[in-house]
Amino acid sequence: MPLLENGHIKADSWVRAGDADTLPESAPAILSLARLRRDWDSLSARNAPLGVLLPSDTKPEDVAPYLGRLALVAIEFPKFRDGRGFTIARTLRERLGYQGEIRAVGHFIPDQYVFLLRTGFTTAEIPEGANPAHWAEALTEFKTAYQPAITDDQPFSGLHRHMAVAPKTGG
Amino acid sequence: MAKERSPTAPFVITANRLDDGRAVWFGAGAHWSEKIAEAQILRGEGLDQALALAQQAEKRQEIVGAYAVDIAESPAGFEPVRRKEQIRAHGPSIL
Amino acid sequence: MDGIEALPSRAGIYHYDEYDREFVHGRVEQFRGQVARRLTGELSEEEFRPLRLMNGLYLQVHAYMLRVAIPYGVLSSAQLRQLAHIARIFDRGYGHFTTRQNIQYNWPALKTAPDILAALAAVDMHAIQTSGNCIRNVTTDEYVGASPDEVADPRVYAEILRQWSTLHPEFSFLPRKFKIAITGATHDRAAVKIHDIGIIVKKNEAGEIGFEILAGGGLGRTPLIAVTVREWLPEADLLGYMEAILRVYNAQAERANIYRARIKILVQSLGRERFIAAVEQEFAAIPKDKFRLDPAVVAGIQARFPQPAFLTLPDNPPGLAAQKLENPDFAAWVDRNTHRHKVKGYVSAVISLKPPGGVPGDATDAQMEAVAELADRHSFGEIRVTHIQNLVLAHIRQDELFTLWQGLKAQGLATPNNGLVTDIIACPGLDYCALANARSIPVAQRIAERFKSLERQHEIGEIFINISGCINACGHHHVGHIGILGVDKKGTEFYQITLGGSATNDAVVGDLTGPAFGYDEIAGAIETIITVYLGLRQPGERFIETYRRVGLAPFKEALYAAA
Repeated sequence: MPLLENGHIKADSWVRAGDADTLPESAPAILSLARLRRDWDSLSARNAPLGVLLPSDTKPEDVAPYLGRLALVAIEFPKFRDGRGFTIARTLRERLGYQGEIRAVGHFIPDQYVFLLRTGFTTAEIPEGANPAHWAEALTEFKTAYQPAITDDQPFSGLHRHMAVAPKTGG
Repeated sequence: MAKERSPTAPFVITANRLDDGRAVWFGAGAHWSEKIAEAQILRGEGLDQALALAQQAEKRQEIVGAYAVDIAESPAGFEPVRRKEQIRAHGPSIL
Repeated sequence: MDGIEALPSRAGIYHYDEYDREFVHGRVEQFRGQVARRLTGELSEEEFRPLRLMNGLYLQVHAYMLRVAIPYGVLSSAQLRQLAHIARIFDRGYGHFTTRQNIQYNWPALKTAPDILAALAAVDMHAIQTSGNCIRNVTTDEYVGASPDEVADPRVYAEILRQWSTLHPEFSFLPRKFKIAITGATHDRAAVKIHDIGIIVKKNEAGEIGFEILAGGGLGRTPLIAVTVREWLPEADLLGYMEAILRVYNAQAERANIYRARIKILVQSLGRERFIAAVEQEFAAIPKDKFRLDPAVVAGIQARFPQPAFLTLPDNPPGLAAQKLENPDFAAWVDRNTHRHKVKGYVSAVISLKPPGGVPGDATDAQMEAVAELADRHSFGEIRVTHIQNLVLAHIRQDELFTLWQGLKAQGLATPNNGLVTDIIACPGLDYCALANARSIPVAQRIAERFKSLERQHEIGEIFINISGCINACGHHHVGHIGILGVDKKGTEFYQITLGGSATNDAVVGDLTGPAFGYDEIAGAIETIITVYLGLRQPGERFIETYRRVGLAPFKEALYAAA
């Protein structure tokens, strides 16, 4: 499936490995959290990059012990109305300090793309045949936001612009 | 709404027009009319055919949300059985 | 686009700056694109539905319905004029004010909805997040900035919450809708205890602002009263704490079953202590610098709310007493429809939208224009919407009250029934709403008809009758003194009655009387209840007080006595 980063299609080297599959020798591989736990001893010695696929009801603290060794965390959106992925991503960034790639997979729509980026997602797997231009457009619809983003492009949130206004003295 | 409808029980099909949301009724020649009086009375297997045509209309962005409405026939004409669809047909019942 | 002061106004609304304007205009263009993609079929109905709901556009029985946000219920006259214009050009000449201080239009078209949103944006209004599984309008009480029992004007915090919650990247796809109410007065007129989050603004001994935070209130299938999760939250921590609560909710609520997806169910299933622990744990982990509500930010936003230039005037000007004496109708209206003001010489006035034979909460475009004009002349150009579906002009000079009343009377807006038995709260019901099981508006009309004698209404005194056409409880029937819930029994409309509910500081859900009544019986049943009350009450007792003293039994007995 096409992989989107900052509104552009990017080549994807990651492969998904099911719980019973043999792991590819040197390709970056995405595993389930269960397999990661189960095979952790042998995996932590692996040379190639490691990733995990998290279902939307994952508690971020359950993946915390492995984050230091993970180059990618993929978060599943079972339906676009299920917004738990946004909380998981944000918690990984803000609370757990994760700096690797966070990828959105599953069902979401271009109108959610800005939210993905502002909560800390790096990449998004979009449907086969989707028009990347629509997704890129979604990024330009708003130049303003009231809340701080995970990324540091806006050191102050929209609310904080009011700090530039000196309160009138004398009421 | 899995309801057992007798093969002879009459019904009509209603939906909302997509562009302005108006309640419309499936009439002769697959024409969607705002007037329930122009709705085609169907029975039995007419349901499957009508819903298939409704699905096509939905794919052409004409209507959304088609469903069957049970009616009661009388010498004067016909009326939806449920209050909800009577209001849908005749407008708000405000005093 | 006009310059910053496109809407010069003295009204106590938040004055948008260029940032806010850019946002709201961007939203209009985004929606225009989404509608275009829907009409060509590029977006399916399933994909489009949550997008249109997040712009307040429902598909109802007869047509679409657009719910426009009136943030914390406060409007400028320019905004009210534009709402009248929209009713005239895009709808059928009227609008409906709701129990969450918003306005609804019943007949907009999808193809012109972007034009309606553009007309709203031109007066700094929008329909953002008035539906959908996101944070909805933050509501407050209708006497903000005017009532003597106010500890602090909550509007600045309501506005801060509005901005914080608008297109929040993490919280736009919640398990279910999320409603916040805030009060700054000792008498809670905002019903904070029946909201997902309720906020009470307080001051400590040092005079510093802080909040009591409640969570887990709500009506509907499982009515529950909110619990206190924090007795005292410093002002600077408001947004951080909100984030913590929303995060716990977003992550942990039951999404699979829509009847168990509100935060009240999560609070109930975790229990108060475990819920608080989860919230406090999240809150402790939030980067404080990023979410700290700096006093300079509060001051900056407060500065964008003009303060009324009150004059120094005496209370009870001599002319007023004479006018009341000469005009008994005026006297009746003053006694019922005015509320004390914190500034001498002023008073707040209630504009009843419950006239005899009318639809509760509806106003025509002509009436909206008239109220805007009266607001300009008499109330600093400011209008409020109450959550019992009336309007308020908050800052009336007592020596101008008579002139105001005459202006209202000319438009059929001077019904002196504030808080009386004909001041009924009713949702649109089966006549308009696709979710409804039964009609509510004609039921309200029939009840009001029975009690149309003003003398009788005064005899009965203060009583709140709330009618909901389905269990979604948009009429807030659970917390009515008399609550009426429409149900569908085998395709026929029936009505359940609850008694003794309350929405204020002593919030409580009403008691079910017993079997439901048919459409033709319900008005008579209400009359029976009132008769029982009048027979049992002690001097000066309001309905709710009598009910608390005598309980359900005498009412139940009278209602179900063998016919």
